[in-house]
Amino acid sequence: MIAELGHFALITAFAVAIVQMIVPMIGAWKGWSGWMAVASPAASAQVALVGVAFAALTYAFVTSDFSLRLVVLNSHTDKPMLYKVTGVWGNHEGSLLLWVLILALFGATAAWFGGQLPATLKARVLAVQASIGVAFYAFILFTSNPFIRMPVPPFNGEDLNPLLQDPGLAFHPPFLYLGYVGLSMSFSFAVAALIEGRVDAAWGRWVRPWTLAAWLFLTVGIALGSWWAYYELGWGGFWFWDPVENASFMPWLIAAALLHSAIVVEKREALKAWTILLAILAFGFSLVGTFIVRSGVLTSVHAFANDPERGVFILAILGFFTGGALLLYAVRAPVMQAKGVFGVVSRESALVANNLLLVVSAFVVFTGTVWPLVAELAFGRTLSVGPPFFNMAFTPFVIVLAAILPVGSILPWKRGRGRVLRVLWPVAVLALAVMGLVWAMQTGRSLGGPLGAGLGVWLFAGAVVDLATRTGRGRWSDRLGRVTRLPGADWGKALAHGGLGITVFGVAALIAWQQEGIAVLDIGDRLTVGKYEVVLNDVTQLRGPNYVATRADLTAWENGRLLGDLFPEKRIYPVAQMPTTEAGIDSSLTRDVYAVIGDAQTGGGWAIRVYIKPFANWIWGGAIIMALGGLLSLTDRRYRVAAGARKAPATGGVPAE
Amino acid sequence: MRGLVLAALIAATPALAVEPGEQLDDPVLEARARELSKGLRCLVCRNENIDESGADLAAELRILLRERLVAGDTDTEIIDYMVARYGEYVLLKPTMTGVNMILWIAPLTLFLLGGAVAGVAITRHRGTPAALNPEEEARLQALMDGDRLT
Repeated sequence: MIAELGHFALITAFAVAIVQMIVPMIGAWKGWSGWMAVASPAASAQVALVGVAFAALTYAFVTSDFSLRLVVLNSHTDKPMLYKVTGVWGNHEGSLLLWVLILALFGATAAWFGGQLPATLKARVLAVQASIGVAFYAFILFTSNPFIRMPVPPFNGEDLNPLLQDPGLAFHPPFLYLGYVGLSMSFSFAVAALIEGRVDAAWGRWVRPWTLAAWLFLTVGIALGSWWAYYELGWGGFWFWDPVENASFMPWLIAAALLHSAIVVEKREALKAWTILLAILAFGFSLVGTFIVRSGVLTSVHAFANDPERGVFILAILGFFTGGALLLYAVRAPVMQAKGVFGVVSRESALVANNLLLVVSAFVVFTGTVWPLVAELAFGRTLSVGPPFFNMAFTPFVIVLAAILPVGSILPWKRGRGRVLRVLWPVAVLALAVMGLVWAMQTGRSLGGPLGAGLGVWLFAGAVVDLATRTGRGRWSDRLGRVTRLPGADWGKALAHGGLGITVFGVAALIAWQQEGIAVLDIGDRLTVGKYEVVLNDVTQLRGPNYVATRADLTAWENGRLLGDLFPEKRIYPVAQMPTTEAGIDSSLTRDVYAVIGDAQTGGGWAIRVYIKPFANWIWGGAIIMALGGLLSLTDRRYRVAAGARKAPATGGVPAE
Repeated sequence: MRGLVLAALIAATPALAVEPGEQLDDPVLEARARELSKGLRCLVCRNENIDESGADLAAELRILLRERLVAGDTDTEIIDYMVARYGEYVLLKPTMTGVNMILWIAPLTLFLLGGAVAGVAITRHRGTPAALNPEEEARLQALMDGDRLT
């Protein structure tokens, strides 16, 4: 009964979205304010209705209602409660429901907080947003309905993919979707502006919070996914250049570019047409990502089940929205005229360089991801494009980007002089010194370590200096006082750039200085890796709620100092018939000791693998600091003052709780 | 009985990446083997190299690779041998031959093209903001020196 209620609510939301797509658009065209006013309550109603549908599906999972096909395929009574809830989006249909819920939620935030937007722009934004909704409601209802019943309900379900039964991965999809779908707002604003034929500083200011929100959620989502891969896949890799990872990385890169070019629109009224194009591309890449993950065209470690019909549907959505928007862009972009002029050496030019590098890196990821498909279809060559290609083709652009970042961020708007860069000299000297020191200290193996360390210092110290220059001149005590009162945007910028430095450093350190040891150990044997030692105390079998596990008890030592015990496990999920590995990790600020248990050997003993991962946590720590920077920037009061948020609630809207 | 079934299940789990028994005694050869393994795809897996993969086929390839190394093959000979046996698909780093050149050249081409377009756009955008006259300059300096940020 409750499932039917959810199903009904979803269909109603579909109908509401159709109304929201058409009526406000006509209203904005004809100038009928009554028709335009339909948009806000409709957006609120959508959230309420999809919310009911989502709640109904969650209820079915929590109560293990095996009359629903989706629950049978993805749940089991023995599954812990946490994963019953997160299992709702651990499958194609449920995750799509989460997708439309977030889509509706983003649309509604424009209705609730967009009081200051011109009425026609707001109506058009909401109508475009609703049109995306219509496409996805149709997709979910016609090809991927989560509310289909079983003719004969079985006694129990088939369990969720064990790899997904993990806190890191359980919360990875919602963040990713908040990012993917958040970019739909930038898209809607871009298309609405194209229809309206006007892009000005105010538009740049309105579109930025949504882009920022989407970007920071994507950052968190990608970091969570990478962290999960690190501790769960059994050998401590943190990035695989897998098609599905690339699917989330491309929109992230484009969103980062969009974020920066929207600043130029906001502050200087330049780069307007380019910013609109980026907004279209950012969401376009989100849709490409959706297509890659859900069509199964590019197989990957964690893609959802493959279904050609669904793939074709998403391809149609992708073609319609990006194609349509680009067509509109071609017709209307010449109308956008830049006002601001700027010199060759200026913040604007630096941001153009930033955009170029980010877009080219996204393009590298894109070509590498689709090349196997293109080569096979067009040239009949079956080949692979793997990490070696991406590392070679992607890294140079990141190095250049990191090298110019502190310079660009400190250059003044409009026209800069070399003079202002003097403050960066100490930073450059420090970075080069670190590079030289690392080069001298390591045993002359790779260039990556010193380069990454130097760039990390350059980025981080550059961000600190940037923040310091914002405090103006005067005595240090005064400046220290001022730094705490700087606007959120300044702190956000410094944190985001500093966080990038930390991540760059962590990635370079991990790749360059990782150590590993593999050995067959009997109980009581020890394995030495560098200055670390591990002793195998015991191996036991144990039983979890829905799995059985072989668990090793290891004691780790660093230079003879006791670190503690590690308990790596190898689990089997009998219902899903799948093994997983759980690494035993001793984390600290400067390194992880990472242990994995392998098979029992025929001659006795166990295969034990120990890795020393230097600065591993810095990779995700830096990403979280970047996201925090985005959050701080978002709280900048200038957005609220300018947008007049929360002043004008939607008229007659349905509360969305 | 149930315990027996569980024990059988555990015994049946796939191996994990490089096994201790597979490793060569010569550390130089073993290091070369690891490096080469990272560039070869586990053919039955999804986007995993044979160094990381737990599949049986990956283990066979690792052993085969080490046999060739011990037999004295160079890196290129081993890679050619693998490609001859399993096709181009086995290489994680695509060759720089034929149409693959498009893949390798495209990023740099786009970068140079984009750079040229951006360069032209910036030079066209370049305005000539009027310079300050000495009087204005002095006034600005006075303001800057007496600067009190609020």
